[in-house]
Amino acid sequence: MTKTKANDLEQALSRSRYEWVDKLKELGRELRRDTAGFIGVVLITALVLMAVFAPLISPHDPTEQDLTARLVPPVWYEKGSWGHVFGTDHLGRDILSRAIHGSRVSLWVGVSVVSLAGGFGVVMGLLAGYLGGRTDAFIMRWVDTQVAFPGLLLALIILAVIGPSLTTVVLVLSLNGWMVYGRMTRSAVLAIRQSPYVEAAEVVGCRWPRIIFRHILPNLTSSLLTLGILEFARIVLAEAALSFLGLGIQPPATSWGLDVSMGKNYMFMAWWLVTIPGCAIGITVLAINLVASWLRLISDPQEREKQFARHMAGSMRKAMVLKAETERRQP
Amino acid sequence: MGIFIFKRLIHGLIVILGVTLIVFVVTRMVGDPVKVMLPLESTQEQRDAFKKQLGLDRPIPVQLVNFLKDIARLDFGDSLWQKRPAMEIVFEKLPLTLALTAVGVGLACVFAIPLGIISALRPGGALDRLTVFGSLLGLSMPQFWMGLLFILLFAVQLRILPTSGSATPSHIILPALTMALPTLARLVMLVRSSMIDELNQPYVKTAFARGLPFVRVVGGHALKNAGLPIMTLIGWEVIRSLAGYSVVVETVFAWPGIGLTAIQAIEREDLILIQAIVFTAAISVVLINIAMDFIYKLIDPRLKLT
Repeated sequence: MTKTKANDLEQALSRSRYEWVDKLKELGRELRRDTAGFIGVVLITALVLMAVFAPLISPHDPTEQDLTARLVPPVWYEKGSWGHVFGTDHLGRDILSRAIHGSRVSLWVGVSVVSLAGGFGVVMGLLAGYLGGRTDAFIMRWVDTQVAFPGLLLALIILAVIGPSLTTVVLVLSLNGWMVYGRMTRSAVLAIRQSPYVEAAEVVGCRWPRIIFRHILPNLTSSLLTLGILEFARIVLAEAALSFLGLGIQPPATSWGLDVSMGKNYMFMAWWLVTIPGCAIGITVLAINLVASWLRLISDPQEREKQFARHMAGSMRKAMVLKAETERRQP
Repeated sequence: MGIFIFKRLIHGLIVILGVTLIVFVVTRMVGDPVKVMLPLESTQEQRDAFKKQLGLDRPIPVQLVNFLKDIARLDFGDSLWQKRPAMEIVFEKLPLTLALTAVGVGLACVFAIPLGIISALRPGGALDRLTVFGSLLGLSMPQFWMGLLFILLFAVQLRILPTSGSATPSHIILPALTMALPTLARLVMLVRSSMIDELNQPYVKTAFARGLPFVRVVGGHALKNAGLPIMTLIGWEVIRSLAGYSVVVETVFAWPGIGLTAIQAIEREDLILIQAIVFTAAISVVLINIAMDFIYKLIDPRLKLT
């Protein structure tokens, strides 16, 4: 008896594992249908790999100075060499290596800010939406008040007093960015609060922490994921801007924004100093935005329906053309 | 209406109090203003005298009350860097930031609204796809980098526009253009999506069926109904720019508005000037928020203000 039960369980588990794999495969199929989303995912995967294996793939140490080879142009110029593919900066540091290492900072700041701000904001939104009453009023007032703050200026003042570093940048950006998650989670919770499965959980006697984390939160995953990815893009830009202003990452560490601001002074002689790191930021953010808009498309039922209709119309048109052609050939 | 204004003003006061508390805690309790503002080689007597001058030798609650009094009078004291009242400097620089914001956001509106409408007329068409991709690109490029590229292109290669300062009217072109691009991208996306929603509504079909001219249906009926979110975004862009995001553009083009002044004050560790700037920004944000609510009411009389 117990043995068969265990067998059943195992079977069910293995089946569910297949379902999971199937779902992933289906996602992959849909991804291939959307070229822009596909490019985005490929770019992001490449970026993450680049960040993880930065020391292995970068041709030089990003901080290694070579004063005999200053402001060397990229390889396609006459004076360029394959030793420095994208040239060197005013201290003779390799631009390509700095760009590769810069991806680490951007992605790390993005991941930590999104998880810190997102975690806090989502918990606040869940509490406000589910508990309602005074908790809701208090949290939403707090959100409203903080949204009306001159965010960047406050961030600047905090950075100026405490002193810029990777940690302060992450903290300041998180403090400034949690409100979006709070607002969105709250409105989503309000929308599904009255749904039968939440009421069923209440009737069964689940305590509220269990209801909000085990029953409500999993149903918000797709919209929160899209928001998180969009925020990730915003954070990468914000970190670059702070570093550009000299209030973010400090030398000798590398960051794309920092490299642009250092290259600014040599811009008129050596355009590649600002262009290469700037392109790196642009490509990263563009890739993230492409993935976000693809995710929004596939997680929105209305959009899915439209896409399906378009697909069907396309295949019907194809079939009709084929039919017309065969009919023309037959007589 | 009276109750509404009262409520909004109270909320504005809470916002300003919140900003006050944060600035107070950050500047007096987390950091040491004397250490930040005086040179390293200053003697202990100098430090004590400076502390006394700023009132920092008093207990914290007394300091807080004095701080609030200063804010109520909009008197933050003399800037350490320029040796004159901080508010005087702010009032000198604020119009420049306002001008940059107005021209930038105005430019974005002028291009975004027609472009958004045109691409909403044929969603999925060639022009629509081009617009969507263009705005995605505009959203992805860092603003400071776009500014630098404009300098490289218009000032270094073509030599037609000045790069920095605010001496002549043509100085505003490049900074305003840089300011406008991300706003333009966001605005186009929003105009497009809300116009697509509106054009699918039955009343648009009715209007067409009644034989109303195309321009009147699209520009009159549909655009008016899609106007509220668009107005919200425009207001939000103005707020964003005043709330500190003009710093980036002003730094790139050395446009002497409050953003550049804030960065210079931070570099010179002039906490008094920074405080004055932050509070001016907070007050303008609050005022614009209240103004926006009135504009909503003007656009859509059905709205209930709470």
